[in-house]
Amino acid sequence: MTEAQVGRSPFDPVRDVAFKKELVTLIPHLRAFARTLTGDPTAADDLAQDAMMKAWDARASFQLGTNMKAWTFMILRNQFYSEKRRSWRQSQLDQEAAERTLVAVDDPEAPVALDELRLSLAMLPPEQREALILVGAGGFAYEEAAEICGCAVGTVKSRVSRARRALQAILEAGAYDRDGGAAGDAMYAILADAERLSTLR
Amino acid sequence: MEDHRKGAAALDEARLRQQAIGVKLRQMFDEVVNEPVPDEFLDILRKAEKPSGER
Repeated sequence: MTEAQVGRSPFDPVRDVAFKKELVTLIPHLRAFARTLTGDPTAADDLAQDAMMKAWDARASFQLGTNMKAWTFMILRNQFYSEKRRSWRQSQLDQEAAERTLVAVDDPEAPVALDELRLSLAMLPPEQREALILVGAGGFAYEEAAEICGCAVGTVKSRVSRARRALQAILEAGAYDRDGGAAGDAMYAILADAERLSTLR
Repeated sequence: MEDHRKGAAALDEARLRQQAIGVKLRQMFDEVVNEPVPDEFLDILRKAEKPSGER
């Protein structure tokens, strides 16, 4: 074996400290992304912890200074889909999680717009949902989202735009069926809420 | 002319709705980002860091 092949020592404490420091700052974002994928806080934290450990174990293959957020999101996403493939009951679980959310929304005090957005998001095809979350909420560029999802940039763009249109249609139709309330209420609640938020800024 | 104006207004309305959805999406995501991280996360990482610790 040549010197070059030996390369970096597997134990590099200084590098590990820098890696860990950055990884820790990403934990809240990993939790949020996991929550949107699983729809269930407990399952989401399990997923985020697994992804965090996978990232730690693979730290030698990460090039410091490149986009660690995109790299860890990719690990988390891969972990999610490989677990999902393993579990035949997953679609069943998704359904149960959605129903639990639905029950929680029955609370008249619950903030209306956010929960309805959550329910409507849950109705989107998963690949549209993740594309929209990454670009629309996670702050990723289309190129980064494409890398995370392992698809072409054009694919991400079209998924995001289809997701946006579908989400709006669902909200306007009231298709999530909250309590048989007037159709279109959710969209109005979201408009009003967004206006309130933007005046706070 | 009238149709033209109506079309433009509808476009504005659609844009407004998409913006509102965007604001809410970010709010939903940030709500979780801003939650305190459960201690478990740092505990697990700390344990993994110990090179000779038994796991």
